[in-house]
Amino acid sequence: MNAKAILVTSGKGGVGKTTTTANVGAALARLGEKVCVVDTDVGLRNLDVVMGLEGRVVYDLIDVFEGRCKLKQALIRDKRVDSLYLLAASQTRDKSALSESRMQETVRLLLEEEGFDRVLIDSPAGIESGFQTAASAADGAVVVVNPEVSSVRDADRIIGLLEAREISEVRLIINRLRPDMVKRGDMLEVEDVLEILGVKLIGIVPEDERILVSTNIGNPASLDDNTKLGAGTAFRDIAKRIRGDDVPYPSLEPQGGFLAGLRRLFGGA
Amino acid sequence: MFGIFRRRKSKDELKERLKLVLSYDRAKLSPGNVEQLKKELLGVIQKYFPAGESDYDVRVEQQGERMILIANLPVKGSAG
Repeated sequence: MNAKAILVTSGKGGVGKTTTTANVGAALARLGEKVCVVDTDVGLRNLDVVMGLEGRVVYDLIDVFEGRCKLKQALIRDKRVDSLYLLAASQTRDKSALSESRMQETVRLLLEEEGFDRVLIDSPAGIESGFQTAASAADGAVVVVNPEVSSVRDADRIIGLLEAREISEVRLIINRLRPDMVKRGDMLEVEDVLEILGVKLIGIVPEDERILVSTNIGNPASLDDNTKLGAGTAFRDIAKRIRGDDVPYPSLEPQGGFLAGLRRLFGGA
Repeated sequence: MFGIFRRRKSKDELKERLKLVLSYDRAKLSPGNVEQLKKELLGVIQKYFPAGESDYDVRVEQQGERMILIANLPVKGSAG
């Protein structure tokens, strides 16, 4: 993607925006980029806990907006990757402090003054002012969608709003795909979702309980180099694709299915 | 219609429902409005043709980039 300021959004809540922001941000930083992840969900801040950085938050986005601190003071350095920073949302103050011009100025300063290669903006759910403010500073977007009815419908709405904002570089992440259900015909296939939404794909993330485990301990799964396949690898692949690499999609076989059983029998992994 | 051993895949039904609801969403129409449109359209047509009350169909469809309103209104006794 050419975009430097990428909005991570979905319309519907609970589809994995924050998890995606944390994991893709961490993977991009691991690949050598200087990355800032910005939580814009004012009042419902969560990116800090997902990344395990909640203990380090002193100043937040609204403090920056209202001049209570310098931008540099609000940047929280990650404890694992040196080139990864978090700008936290405010948990207490209300949304009235959000403004599109302040958001745009903050992101401009991050890219031009603070030397960040990439800014990932974690959008709040919904299509109201919080989303609009977050989107106003982005020049590209990844839309996170789950292969189910309400998430696909909301994603379509969001894609329309991004088009209206003339954000041209819009990509799709299909998150929490269950290969076993797809195989049974009880879940939309990747091709179905792409056909319905008409947006280019940038990642397929399988449902993976290790994501919950890694979130429990505040350690993005994409940083765990021991994981082969699964969601952590999928997030790493997304980071590579954002950087322009042509990463093939691994085939998604249902885990624990017949084939996996056979492989185990014959000494496979 | 479907074999005893082959049930209809639930994802195919979802895909159809999504396509329909998204075409209404994109056209900023509510399905209720389309029902009203159908009735009014039929009323206009009936002024000029002896159109039947049944077997007519009005819907919006996505064709490539464009939204198209498709009205299929069979007219009685127009042949010959």
